Amino acid sequence: MSAAAAPPPLLVLAGTLALWEVLVRASGTPPYVLPAPSLILETLASDRAILFPALLVTLGATLQALAAAVGGGVALAVLFAQSKWIERAFLPVAIVLQVTPIIAIAPLLLVYLDSREATLACAFLVAFFPILSNTALGLASVDRNLVDLFTLYGASRWRMLILLRAPSALPYFLAGLRIGGGLALVGAIAAELAAGASGKGAGLAFRIVEAGYRLNVPRMFAALLLICLSGVAIYASLAALSDLLLGRWRDVLARR
Amino acid sequence: MTEALSAATLAAPPLASLRGVSKFYDNGVEALRDVDLDIRAEEFLTLLGPSGCGKSTILRLIAGLEAPSAGGLTRSFSAGSVGFVFQEPTLMPWAKVFDNIFLPLRLAGQSRGKAAPAVEQALTLVGLGGFQNAFPNELSGGMKMRVSIARALAPRPSLILMDEPFAALDEITRFQLNDDLLRLRRETGATIVFVTHSIFEAAYLSTRIAVMGPRPGRIAAEIDAAAPRETGNFRASPAFAALCEAASNALHRAMGEEAP
Repeated sequence: MSAAAAPPPLLVLAGTLALWEVLVRASGTPPYVLPAPSLILETLASDRAILFPALLVTLGATLQALAAAVGGGVALAVLFAQSKWIERAFLPVAIVLQVTPIIAIAPLLLVYLDSREATLACAFLVAFFPILSNTALGLASVDRNLVDLFTLYGASRWRMLILLRAPSALPYFLAGLRIGGGLALVGAIAAELAAGASGKGAGLAFRIVEAGYRLNVPRMFAALLLICLSGVAIYASLAALSDLLLGRWRDVLARR
Repeated sequence: MTEALSAATLAAPPLASLRGVSKFYDNGVEALRDVDLDIRAEEFLTLLGPSGCGKSTILRLIAGLEAPSAGGLTRSFSAGSVGFVFQEPTLMPWAKVFDNIFLPLRLAGQSRGKAAPAVEQALTLVGLGGFQNAFPNELSGGMKMRVSIARALAPRPSLILMDEPFAALDEITRFQLNDDLLRLRRETGATIVFVTHSIFEAAYLSTRIAVMGPRPGRIAAEIDAAAPRETGNFRASPAFAALCEAASNALHRAMGEEAP
């Protein structure tokens, strides 16, 4: 593939940043309006004592919530697969939670929970649904003939789940996980924003709000950069996990 | 191959026996009406009929995947000794060929090591020795179907049920698999119940053809097809032509006299 046919994304990114740097310098825009990329990187280095602990807080909450969403989503999806009655009873609740914007639920959660727990709860709530719905879809979309075959050979429900439904659902689950991973970060950030100034154990979103009050725009950008990189890292590692688990089977799905 | 079934075989109790079997589905469709049919040991019985005449339903009833709505069904084979081949290969795409064929043995509680010889033997029987580690998507349509047949053969079933297994394949592959199927039957001695809507396939393979009529499905005629097949090319012989004609006429009558 030639560079002319498809411009590599890194080239586009570098070009954009270079243009940004040049425009800011040429127009003499003050840093409290728009900092140049170089200044943002400088701020990232100089404010690392504030920003990196905040990064760890946000990432920690995101990953814990994602792990809980995987556990809860998969468990509920397996329950749904066992009984239509359970699915009919619980799916509406899950959907209501999903369609209500998390940013509107966060203040209420903060009434009942401390800010750390509320962050976890928000991130869990948004990551949970895509994992649940994708896994449930995967468990349900099993080849009917294979189900007949397992029945013919006297397979128990449990073995059918392990040997047939789980591998059938794996690609669906991984797709849900990739969506859920990104959303968990969104949920954690939303809760941190709603929690506002609660000082101790503050995450990146809190640092953004705080820097905003002080008109420290370069730090706002630096924190935003870290959030952005976290999102990319989460997506990339989940995509790598997906490739690893699906291996050669991925070709099959691509051809279907 | 001589197709005359021994007197002892004819006297033995049938592997499965349907008496006045009817089948209704919840949506009101009457799939089968008053079907009488015996599956005799060692025969190659073909259910021949147009689509939607309940051929597959009979197979599913024999397999125990569905229960009759009315009538009696007795089966004298044990639960583990029946194999099923679907119209599609129905392989697990995430599992290698070995694991696909190992499946029935695994579900019967055998260990991987202990089952390996049986799996390899089944693969050799269908002419796919050495393909254990391939994934299904790396195989052609005909090869996938062979794997599907090998899976049915692996537990050494006394009865194999085949639901239009070659319908989706091209004619050259189908002829080849037809020949292989006859050879497999000779080598394993399994009883086969085969569903098809191809008159030629039915005439080529069967020792007995049950011609079915549609709506509601019923057995309209039975044709004894146990003609001697020593001739090198049975497909070009007068006996084959006569069988095809008989089956074709029976099918026409079955289609013409649709039940009220």
